[in-house]
Amino acid sequence: MSAQEIVFVVIGGIGGIAAIRLVTSRNVVHAALYLVVTLAMVGGTYLLVAAEFLAWAQVLIYVGAIIVLVLFSLMLTKAPIGREALDNQQRGIAALVGAGVLVGLVFLIQDRFNGQRVHLQPVRTAQLGVSIFRDFVLPFEVVSVLLLAALIGAVVIARKDEGPGEPPERRVPLIGRREPVLPPREGARR
Amino acid sequence: MIAALADATIRLPFLLIFAAVLFSAGVYGVLARRNGVLVLMSIELMLNAVNVNLVAFSAYLHQLTGQVFALFVITVAAAEIGIGLAIVILIYRNRETINVDEINLLKW
Repeated sequence: MSAQEIVFVVIGGIGGIAAIRLVTSRNVVHAALYLVVTLAMVGGTYLLVAAEFLAWAQVLIYVGAIIVLVLFSLMLTKAPIGREALDNQQRGIAALVGAGVLVGLVFLIQDRFNGQRVHLQPVRTAQLGVSIFRDFVLPFEVVSVLLLAALIGAVVIARKDEGPGEPPERRVPLIGRREPVLPPREGARR
Repeated sequence: MIAALADATIRLPFLLIFAAVLFSAGVYGVLARRNGVLVLMSIELMLNAVNVNLVAFSAYLHQLTGQVFALFVITVAAAEIGIGLAIVILIYRNRETINVDEINLLKW
């Protein structure tokens, strides 16, 4: 085994165990923290196969942004603890389907790619940029429009509704709001 | 670092089996969890498995297309989790629960 393979076995082992703990953990916050470990290990895998830009994008977007979003929504919703609160009644069937998918995929991989080796070549970020902006300009623009739409959609969906029945004093704009005038403190100098 | 990578190899099935483990864990999570946020986290797990596969084959074939599409998948996953969590919070505000098996308004 090469040094890369030893490192990958460690990284992949940690990531796989964390992924399995993520879907079986009884505490939602622990599950989110296991998700952090899994995503970081996926980022380490990217580094190992010399996809450097993707590794840092993974760390920034997933570990930095998405985890914060998930943790905040766990805080804003009720975070119950316990197997019955987190899992439904189909656990056996779900385990069966998951194991079946795993066995099928491993069988296919061993059948088709057994003994194939990846010869690692460093990828410069400039090459990636050239590839995006020369060959995939249209998907890139579509993705940016999608991001904008998702941004606006998330704001619109998660906003509190202001119905017509709302009392009008709650709609005073923040900018023009008049502060309550406090009596001047004794001894305060102008 | 570049010189050290000159003859470095790694077995392709290792990467693919790692991705398969992540994907099956995600499948189990989506099927077995009833908390909405946990279901979304399992979906993220599956998308990451796909990304690992894309990057592995991109390195295997010495083409950059896989990495470009992995970037697109990361972007779409970010959009998806943003909208998904917004919907979860909205449902929690209206129904006081985010258990996906109790939200059956649109079920037959």
